[in-house]
Amino acid sequence: MNVGQDQFRAALLDATQPVPEGLTDGAGAPAGRRYSVYRNNVAVSLTEALIEGFPVVTKLLGEVNMKGLAGLYLRRHPPTSPILMLYGDSFPDFVATVPQVAHLGYLADVARIDLALRHSYHAADADAVDPAALAALPPEALIAARLTLAPALRLIRSPWPIHAIWRFNTEDGAPKPEPGGQDVAVLRPGFDPEPHLLPPGGAACIAALMSGATLGEAHDAGVTETPEFDLSQVLSILLAGGAICDIHK
Amino acid sequence: MSNTIKTLAVAGAVAAAFASYGTTASAQAKEKCFGIALAGENGCAAGPGTTCAGSSTVDYQGNAWKLVDAGTCVTMEKDGGRMGSLEPLDRDLPKS
Repeated sequence: MNVGQDQFRAALLDATQPVPEGLTDGAGAPAGRRYSVYRNNVAVSLTEALIEGFPVVTKLLGEVNMKGLAGLYLRRHPPTSPILMLYGDSFPDFVATVPQVAHLGYLADVARIDLALRHSYHAADADAVDPAALAALPPEALIAARLTLAPALRLIRSPWPIHAIWRFNTEDGAPKPEPGGQDVAVLRPGFDPEPHLLPPGGAACIAALMSGATLGEAHDAGVTETPEFDLSQVLSILLAGGAICDIHK
Repeated sequence: MSNTIKTLAVAGAVAAAFASYGTTASAQAKEKCFGIALAGENGCAAGPGTTCAGSSTVDYQGNAWKLVDAGTCVTMEKDGGRMGSLEPLDRDLPKS
């Protein structure tokens, strides 16, 4: 084969481009339709990867529409890594810019949950601390303590009821979503990530902890967002999800 | 908020969270339940390029699992008196 990679690649995701000149089949004849078959397989395999990676988005759109959206995305954002399992990193941001789905305002944030679950699954393992170690600290040490949270923890904030939408489309008999914003923490106790609904102020508090704030500062971040902020609920969710991995006094 | 009040609020929250650990946790907890998923609907979040999600090929495949509310798995009864199990089963395996 005497075709450069640039030429080969340029026509790969654009079926209107001619078959690269000089590309031959096994018998030395021009590759012709064989290249088109290959080109089709690339698009189909990436479309299937997106369908598998964004199951709830696929369910919301229906498979036909999802295939159309995937076709647009894969041509503008071909894989940058040979590892397929994390393909679609920029898909949620892309979804937010596509006019055809602009009427589904929540779609990009639902895509963020799908993606966060996948990232969480592949994140590094970390052992959770014994909750008793936290409870054993005196009050003054507690407000100054910083926590190392699990690498598998992901946070998604949304003006849409994304947790309810996600549940409604994944669980039999889940309640119908009600209007209102929802924040979600993806936690992975053991091996299976799951999205958890956070109480008001919870996401601000966890975001502060993730950026290295003390427990006292993280509590302030939650209270700033809502005076009814309840730190114990957030800590319960983090402890149950095995998301607190170290305590720095 | 004064520092003393904040210190007490944080300490109280930690104590409450610790006290509820293991109780509120189990309310939301899930367990892997084998032998109950319909073909192609078994659980897995690994995504594309892997082979686990949606890979079961027969209904109620004994070695495929799905997440269900903790404590409900072994009481689940599916077609033909099949019960859910917390361990992989050797019934309903695909013919190889």
